Amino acid sequence: MTWTGAISQLLEIVLALALAPLLTGWVNQCRAWLQNRSAPPLLQPYYLLHKLFNKESVVAEHASPLFRATPYIVFGCMLLASSIIPTLSTDLPLTLAADAIALVGLFALARVFISLAAMDIGTSFGTLGARREMLIGFLAEPALLMVFFCASLISQSTSLATIVETLAHRELAIYPSLAFAGVAFTIVSLAENARVPVDNPATHLELTMIHEALILEYSGRHLALIEWAASLKLFAYSCAGLALFFPWGVAEAQAPLEMLLALPTLLLKLAAGGAALAVLETLSAKMRIFRVPEFLATAFLLAVIGLLVHILLGS
Amino acid sequence: MSPLLAQLINLLGAILLMLAFAMISQRRVLSLVHLFTMQGAILVVATAVVGYATNQPHLFVSAALTLALKVVLIPIMLHRVIDRLEVRWDTEPLINIPTTMLIGILLVIFAFNLGLPIARFSSTIARGTLGIALACVLLSFMMMITRAKAIPQVVGFLSMENGLFFAATSATYGMPMVVELGIALDVLIGVLILGVFMFQIREQFDSLDIRHLERLKED
Amino acid sequence: MGIETDIARWLLIDWAMVLVGAWLLIGIAGVWALRRFELVSQVLFPLGGVVGVLLFGLAMAALFAPPQAAVLAIGLPTLPFHLRLDALSAYFLMVIGGTAAGVSAFAAGYFRRGEGTPPGLMCLQYHVFLASMAGVVLADDAYAFMVMWETMALSSFFLVTSNHRVAEIRRAGYLYLLVAHVGAIGILMCFGVLQANTGDYSFANMRAQQLSPFWASVAFALALFGFGAKAGLLPLHIWLPEAHPAAPSPVSALMSAVMLKTAIYGLLRVLLDLQSMQLWWWGVVLLAFGLATALFGVVFAAVQSDMKRLLAYSSIENIGLLAAGIGLTVVFSAYGMKALAALALTASLVHVASHALFKSLLFLSTGSVLHATGERNLGKLGGLMHAMPWVAWATLVGVIASAGLPPSSGFVAEWLLLQSFLFTPGLPNPFLNMLIPVAAALIALVAALAGYTMVKFFGVIFLGRPREARLAQAHDANAWQRAGMAWLLAGNVLLGLLPIQFIQLVDPVTRKLVGDGLGPTVGAHGWLLVPTTLERASYGPVIFLVGVAASFALAFALVRKLYHGRIRRAAPWDCGFPWQTARMQDTAEGFGQPIRQIFEPFFSMQRELPSPFDSQPRYRVVVEDHFWRALYQPIADAVARVARLIGLLQRGRIAVYLLYSFVTLITLLLVVRQ
Repeated sequence: MTWTGAISQLLEIVLALALAPLLTGWVNQCRAWLQNRSAPPLLQPYYLLHKLFNKESVVAEHASPLFRATPYIVFGCMLLASSIIPTLSTDLPLTLAADAIALVGLFALARVFISLAAMDIGTSFGTLGARREMLIGFLAEPALLMVFFCASLISQSTSLATIVETLAHRELAIYPSLAFAGVAFTIVSLAENARVPVDNPATHLELTMIHEALILEYSGRHLALIEWAASLKLFAYSCAGLALFFPWGVAEAQAPLEMLLALPTLLLKLAAGGAALAVLETLSAKMRIFRVPEFLATAFLLAVIGLLVHILLGS
Repeated sequence: MSPLLAQLINLLGAILLMLAFAMISQRRVLSLVHLFTMQGAILVVATAVVGYATNQPHLFVSAALTLALKVVLIPIMLHRVIDRLEVRWDTEPLINIPTTMLIGILLVIFAFNLGLPIARFSSTIARGTLGIALACVLLSFMMMITRAKAIPQVVGFLSMENGLFFAATSATYGMPMVVELGIALDVLIGVLILGVFMFQIREQFDSLDIRHLERLKED
Repeated sequence: MGIETDIARWLLIDWAMVLVGAWLLIGIAGVWALRRFELVSQVLFPLGGVVGVLLFGLAMAALFAPPQAAVLAIGLPTLPFHLRLDALSAYFLMVIGGTAAGVSAFAAGYFRRGEGTPPGLMCLQYHVFLASMAGVVLADDAYAFMVMWETMALSSFFLVTSNHRVAEIRRAGYLYLLVAHVGAIGILMCFGVLQANTGDYSFANMRAQQLSPFWASVAFALALFGFGAKAGLLPLHIWLPEAHPAAPSPVSALMSAVMLKTAIYGLLRVLLDLQSMQLWWWGVVLLAFGLATALFGVVFAAVQSDMKRLLAYSSIENIGLLAAGIGLTVVFSAYGMKALAALALTASLVHVASHALFKSLLFLSTGSVLHATGERNLGKLGGLMHAMPWVAWATLVGVIASAGLPPSSGFVAEWLLLQSFLFTPGLPNPFLNMLIPVAAALIALVAALAGYTMVKFFGVIFLGRPREARLAQAHDANAWQRAGMAWLLAGNVLLGLLPIQFIQLVDPVTRKLVGDGLGPTVGAHGWLLVPTTLERASYGPVIFLVGVAASFALAFALVRKLYHGRIRRAAPWDCGFPWQTARMQDTAEGFGQPIRQIFEPFFSMQRELPSPFDSQPRYRVVVEDHFWRALYQPIADAVARVARLIGLLQRGRIAVYLLYSFVTLITLLLVVRQ
């Protein structure tokens, strides 16, 4: 591990922590513009976090230590996930410890813990949310894994740093298998980040909630950590999408100063991605819950077809 | 420049396959027609690219014909039929959609396997896409089998023809002009006749559900 | 070979035989102390555990020693037992010894007075079971193997039917014995084919034989049938969900964690050691059966409402994954790609150890729950985390391992398996290199469904609110139970965090079986597990855990420092409906309902739905296996029909029997006259 590696890793962690709520605020802004209403200020998520941290945490009477530990665990998982996806630079020592498969496992770990915490309180809302979250997860996780496999077959590696370096360095080439993987990845990110058409992040009706039902019982600093973890998850997914499908502009291991150029490139790409997400959300309607497995099955099968197309066409 | 064009053709073939797959999982008839229109547009672009890359002007004519027929004429006719029959939704297909998609994957594997050895003997720029084209044909055929209403079946038939067209373009640089014009005319007439047929079915059974046609069997 | 009297010159195999004999002696001591409960449970079972630990250590040493053989003068005069301790036997002996140690310690605290079988008898059956499993792994000729195999089946049958007063348990035991014997016939015939008409049934002879592809394939099919019946591969899995729940929990743990692995041992021994070559299509058949079994097992596990049945189906899923891994190994081996075969085999062997550890831990925790509450049905449990915190946290570790989440041991096995699948596009066969990535997709799906099942298992039993009032009086595990579970917990954690060291233990086994091993490459990068090259893939579980733990600690400390740590307890959100009861949380059936709906073709379900006019509405769903009606019922009917036909011979009249004897006598005289 070199000095530049350590610095770029630290920079990436700090950047993820700082930028993630901004990305959520930007997506809300774009959504408001498209829906012809005035938006909350861009920094609203930060104000929300500050408010929640200041508040007292109210916990159900019979909640177990698992319930209280879960926000920290989920936060830790999402932070680790954001720090192994190359955003500014591919010189990240932590990518040696966790590759693409471990990244998927990391998301699964967070999902399992938050479902268990939801079941801990023992009300019908929590178990409803847990059941739905695991339902979405059991199809989204293999689909995401297959998307990473498509990229791995092209770059002959599962390490995210190697994948980004290989994809960024090929001469301008179009990979049909990545087209399939791209569509599948979009569907999976919509499902995993609790966006329309899978879940409405602004809903108040308990029967339509998935993500909101899981965190119904949390308040105060626990809720703040979970909200931060959710925006970190969105940030991680966006960066993963950018790293796989638009990898140009990321600094290399031997050129740490390129990070100065990489930062505005990243901001630009994230802004475009956020706007695209807002457009997708505005154009779609929320699906019935039992259409969601079909939706995700489509993503899964598209990703598998992407694998097959890669083997057929050799690209 | 050539490798980039070859990859572009591969990409267009992949998008064609994606659209064929999307058609299987669609329930709304209107979206099916939109997807079919998009498929026709992609086909036009693909034919034009192959024509440009290999300097074969007759492919441009072919592309223009496809544009006129599959992107303009036939979708207009389908929309009119849909408006007059007031069809909006499909009933549940004969086997449920996830199972259909699973069978679709198996068909894709089968088609890719067929395409591999044939592709090795071909010398065209887009030989890798023969497997994709075969897969499109098989997927559309399956869509025809598993749908319960008449219009998705018609769309399936048309998209099968799209797949065949793409196969011809990628393997042998298009068919002789005479054959193409003949096929185009056949398809046009076919759609007209099917349109009339659909009205007749509706008159007879008050519904476009083809399962009612089973009543016509000898008992 | 005479008995070596100088102890200093004893080989490792001699010590192994001593330890196996020690188990037998402990069992016999149990018969002598038939009804003395304290002696059996406080002295004999823990002694058995100590023997297990010693066996574990010995086997680890034997992994790096050259193969050793011994001949025991037991058995028939001209057919003594041949025994052999090589790397493969040593690895499985390690698994047996290590798991048995933990389970024996637990059993010391589990059995209660006055339940069914006398304690001494159970001690005998238990230790004979352990000894015979070790014997199976050590056997070096078909005769010894079959004797040990049968002993294993019989002793486990008696253990399964310990509570023989319940009719259902008797039925489960009968089914178990039936399928075990059907499988044993397959194995015996397989050995018959392997010895290729030379009359010598020792494994050394079988290794030297070169069978034609046809006969080799026949041997493969028989081995798959025979060992598959014991392992629980589709469609011979039918006994597993009945027998494992019927047995007492420590026995279920042993059966699931260790006995199924002896079948895997048999498969590895026959396919990779005794057979001189492998054909690629064997691997594809194994892969197909394995994946079908895995998917079937996990889908059924997700809809169960009995906690031990859920774990039994989960074992079926893991056996399927193991079979798939072995299939991949055979495919690579058939094409001569040794390094990749070693990768796939390493993944499978790590999975063997990991499954043994976490499955036994999970079964033992259900044993604790059963011991404390007397309930097996998930619908009557809940909220046990407050009454039994020790068991709950230990189970959580097992659940994380079972779901294959990092940084647990289950994830290491899954990671290695997926890495080996990523190499399959390099296979020379174009059909295979297109089909196998689809298999990887199925494995990912199975892993995700396993996560679903485990959340259901842990959540319904330990979290939420108690669904029955008397659950509040549940007691936590006692000292012996804790000791057993702690041993297995430590094993789980160590395997998850130190996979590099473990793979170096597996290296001699893969070298022997496929000719290559991961040992040198895996340890070359310090704390990182690198199966092939650093650019290709790497995994560092310790760094992973430290990363998550550090974020946890940092977030905790910073939030407390910058803001505050105040907490207030209140009632949960009830949306204005004040009469919330514990019955309003999800039941096990409710949690599994989405899976039931999506995978409906897999099940044959019978449902009784309540109507709005019922005064006492009832909802009942019975989820059954298609295989009963489609496969086993017709076979059972056919057998019954044939038996009835033959039964016509029995007329009940003495004159008829005398007639039979007379006819036989006349026939013999005629024959002798020729």
